[in-house]
Amino acid sequence: MGGLWGKRERLAMLLLLLLALVAPFLVYPVFLMKGLCFALFASAFNLLLGYSGLLSFGHAMFFGFAAYVTAHMGKVWGVNPEWAILGGVVTAAALGLLTGWLAIRRTGIYFAMVTLAFAQMMYFVAIQAPFTHGEDGIQGVPRGRLFGFIDLGESLTLYYFVLLVFVASLWFLNRVVQSPFGQVLKAIRDNEQRAISLGYAVNRFKLLAFVLSAAFSGLAGSMKCQVFQLASLADVHWHSSGEVVLMTLLGGIGSLMGPAVGAFLVVSIENYFAEAGAWVTIIQGGIFVFCVLLFRAGIIGTLSQWLKGLYSGVGKA
Amino acid sequence: MIFGVPLQALLGQLLLGLINGAFYAMLSLGLALIFGLLNIINFTHGALYMAGAFAAWLVLTYLGIGYWGALLLAPLAVGLFGMLLERFLLSRLYKLDHLYGLLLTFGLALVIEGGFRQLYGVSGMPYPVPKELQGGWNLGVMYLPIYRGWVVVVSASVCLGTWLLVEKTKLGSYLRAATENRALVQAFGINVPMMVTLTFGFGVALAALAGVLAAPIYSVNPLMGSNLIIVVFAVVVIGGMGSMGGAIITSFALGLVEGLTKLLYPEAASTIIFLVMAVLLLVKPAGLFGKER
Repeated sequence: MGGLWGKRERLAMLLLLLLALVAPFLVYPVFLMKGLCFALFASAFNLLLGYSGLLSFGHAMFFGFAAYVTAHMGKVWGVNPEWAILGGVVTAAALGLLTGWLAIRRTGIYFAMVTLAFAQMMYFVAIQAPFTHGEDGIQGVPRGRLFGFIDLGESLTLYYFVLLVFVASLWFLNRVVQSPFGQVLKAIRDNEQRAISLGYAVNRFKLLAFVLSAAFSGLAGSMKCQVFQLASLADVHWHSSGEVVLMTLLGGIGSLMGPAVGAFLVVSIENYFAEAGAWVTIIQGGIFVFCVLLFRAGIIGTLSQWLKGLYSGVGKA
Repeated sequence: MIFGVPLQALLGQLLLGLINGAFYAMLSLGLALIFGLLNIINFTHGALYMAGAFAAWLVLTYLGIGYWGALLLAPLAVGLFGMLLERFLLSRLYKLDHLYGLLLTFGLALVIEGGFRQLYGVSGMPYPVPKELQGGWNLGVMYLPIYRGWVVVVSASVCLGTWLLVEKTKLGSYLRAATENRALVQAFGINVPMMVTLTFGFGVALAALAGVLAAPIYSVNPLMGSNLIIVVFAVVVIGGMGSMGGAIITSFALGLVEGLTKLLYPEAASTIIFLVMAVLLLVKPAGLFGKER
């Protein structure tokens, strides 16, 4: 993805947006909203893995705890959705600041293990803390009225709200990636020693990327809570952390739309096999193995290589 | 009474801590061995620990082979399975970023765990304590169930044996040399790929052995591995994977810390190891016995 978008990408984006606008009349809106929430989650995760080269195995803690906070604020405090969501995002960012500050002291595989360990710790906190209601989770969270007058109880209204949040977030994340800050992140990803020698305070860049990624993961968790009116242990479980890795890997690490595509696919598989017990886990594991061994560029990565080859006429891919 | 805690409760919790430590030790030792040579973190370790426990239950249920046979058969079967995984899947990734090894083994762990869950559910199967090890000794200050003592002794011996094997034998010196410089060792005519496969098999066999040992204490359950392995990851971060001895000592020490926490502040018992990890990252990021690399 060199430079800002070319003509073809713009056109593709426009078509996708149009499709998203009419989609709720064709497909069950709640499914679409679930897909959008996870697409946002995966895109936020991709900022870290794809552009900073940091593999976090603990992103469920940001997603899950933001959902808990939004649920608690919406249900117990009775505040408007915008404040409840903001509360979730701030919580996730703060958690990201704390865990990221500790985790970036290690790199590579150790970084993955440290983030996984912190997420597991937060999982135990979620089991024990009274406000999360343990196994039950926080159920029946009111969808509320956005800014006090937009009724989100209406599924279609909620859908367009979720879509707006998703598009705005994706735009922002893309701006981050294209900015000088994003370029430094890529430099760190590709050659950390070199970036240090050029005088960049590498750890600050990593930490900021981590916090941003955590905050947007939190936003995704809060939105999911708005849609399903539920915050539960499943969101904080290590399984969610694995799922977001899978979505990103399947769609294409380090591509703009890849994680979103991966998210929709994984969510569809989950819906399709929802009744089939542990088969979802087996299939997800199988996709992991397949992607790592044979399909490392992911769907979008492979597609763009193929298109490049097609347009240039030279079969580089 | 020590610090207002009855001695009997203190010793009881310390014993539980030692048992947890024994499992951490056998798992982290295998992880460290594999990491040293293959440079990957084996996420399937927890799933194969569970598979070891299941193998014991399966041979008992379907073949009537008891605990002592399982102690030999389960590690053998799981070790062979591990060697196949290494030869046909993992070996394709050695030239890539090490993170891909982590992702692959994570996927495999999901498949293994999901498979057992699909076949046997999540409720867990009881596994009897072998009759030679039933009962307990009254030590005056506490009651020691024989089986629990046995687990600690076996684990400590196996860890010591592995340590001696790696540090004091000719084979171990090849292993350590290959960890330092693979290409050079291969140039001396040693079959390094074979050594890698055997090491992986041995590492996961240790996990399976731990699974068999655990079967009579915890019930045999498809989810028993994934919860344990995350704690073991934290143990490994705390100890650093540079030294075998370090991994063993850290494991037992953290088991004891966990046991003590259960007594003094039970609410933190499940999080204490992660908290220790957080503190360690502040003080000595490379780990207690680790080298910065």
